[in-house]
Amino acid sequence: MAGGGNVVATWLNTWGFPPWLNSLLTGIIYLVGVLAFIFLNVIYLIYLERKVSAYMQQRLGPNRVGPRGLLQSVADALKLLGKEDIVPRHVDKWVFLVAPIAIFIPAVLLYAVIPFGRGLIAADLNIGVLYFLAVSSTTTIAILMGGWAANNKYALLGAMRAVAQMVSYEIPLVFSILGVVMLVGSLKTTDIVAAQEDVWFIFWQPVAFLIFFIAANAEVNRGPFDLVEGEQEIIAGPYVEYTAMRYALFFLSEYANLVSVSALAVTLFLGGWQGPWLPSWLWFIIKLYIMILLFMWVRWTFPRIRIDHLLKLNWKFLLPLSLVNILVTGVGIKVYQWLSPGRW
Amino acid sequence: MEGGASVAIFWLLAALTVGAAVAVVMLPNIVHSALYLVLTFIGVAGIYILLEAEFLAAVQVLIYAGGVAVLLIFGVMLTRRGHIRQSNPFNSYHVAAGVVSLALFILVVLALGRSPWHAFPGPWPEDTVGAVAEAFLGPYVLPFEVAAVLLLVGIVGAILLAREEKGEK
Repeated sequence: MAGGGNVVATWLNTWGFPPWLNSLLTGIIYLVGVLAFIFLNVIYLIYLERKVSAYMQQRLGPNRVGPRGLLQSVADALKLLGKEDIVPRHVDKWVFLVAPIAIFIPAVLLYAVIPFGRGLIAADLNIGVLYFLAVSSTTTIAILMGGWAANNKYALLGAMRAVAQMVSYEIPLVFSILGVVMLVGSLKTTDIVAAQEDVWFIFWQPVAFLIFFIAANAEVNRGPFDLVEGEQEIIAGPYVEYTAMRYALFFLSEYANLVSVSALAVTLFLGGWQGPWLPSWLWFIIKLYIMILLFMWVRWTFPRIRIDHLLKLNWKFLLPLSLVNILVTGVGIKVYQWLSPGRW
Repeated sequence: MEGGASVAIFWLLAALTVGAAVAVVMLPNIVHSALYLVLTFIGVAGIYILLEAEFLAAVQVLIYAGGVAVLLIFGVMLTRRGHIRQSNPFNSYHVAAGVVSLALFILVVLALGRSPWHAFPGPWPEDTVGAVAEAFLGPYVLPFEVAAVLLLVGIVGAILLAREEKGEK
């Protein structure tokens, strides 16, 4: 599973364990590492989001718990853990109980193909990017499960919106990634990073990056595309009947998906962990947070758009544009090959 | 992967797939049936991974498991009558259903028996995606394009059906 040049696998090899124990330990270390990464990032991201939104609206944001409010999210998480897990009487019980878990599993699985640094990847799959898309597509079902099982009109409305939005924005998302895949000729995330040693793909594929950014915003249900939750219209949609840790799991997955989609953007368009002087993982984190701040900037700048405008934007603008991008990329590659024989 | 482990995983996946498939048919609530259908598709994707067909597995999850969400929406929207707990009832065509199922079963068994099974000598190809692409755009380009046209016809038909005609209402 762990590819050649994998940092953790190489380090474990020095201990002289049998191979099966080695691969098991590698898996466990990566799983624990990814879980720790998710939890730490989410706790901090909630604080960051509240601070960013506060500064954009000329407020102070959380500033009471700990120095500069740094412990606010920790306090919130502890509070959520201690709350009663209420299961309303009218819900579809098993679906209601399973939905938060069903949304968290793909959120964790996505991190398997993210190259965090040189040789720091849990599973360097041949189909890396496609794996990411396939696993992330199952999130829709989990949201639909939550919204359906709650047996609440607002929740069901939110779930319907989730399906309409996420299924349709998946198409330009996939098509925008295709341009990059065509340039590299591989779906492996490590190959894509390696191909960006000289020039980042955002310069070759600026349109694709724009489409990817908009579609990703819709896929993770963040403003201005947060119609699934729409606090003012459908009071948090699918999550309305959830309490305590089950609610927290939805929240956690939402932010975990924000991080993973930013990580994918960094991998595809911003050169992954490539960069001078600093260690590779630090470059990755810096670029990751630039992407996340970009998402936050957009969320707190644009107002929420209406559902028909949302779908129109997708089918009548993003989809044709992404198809044109694929065509231009294909022609460009052929022209490049024709101009410089023997290089490809 | 070692032989023993992969055999064990195969049986687990097979049990998951078949068990979930039985649940799809037996459960009275159509939403639960559709959700078990997701499990069936994921089980099949797991078997594809065991066969080193990673690309096929990812497509299986992306298209089928992801598509179930849309199926669910239709299931919810088209079963307005009665209570949702009885939305996937049994009908009374026991004999006809039995005959059709038996015929299909025999057909599948015959096809399996007649298929010349070639044991693939290995080594496994590193890059299955490129091979699939070359097969699609090389020897099988005609069926591939026909399938594409068929899908297009389906989409156009769906739009025509869904669109209200002018003057109506």
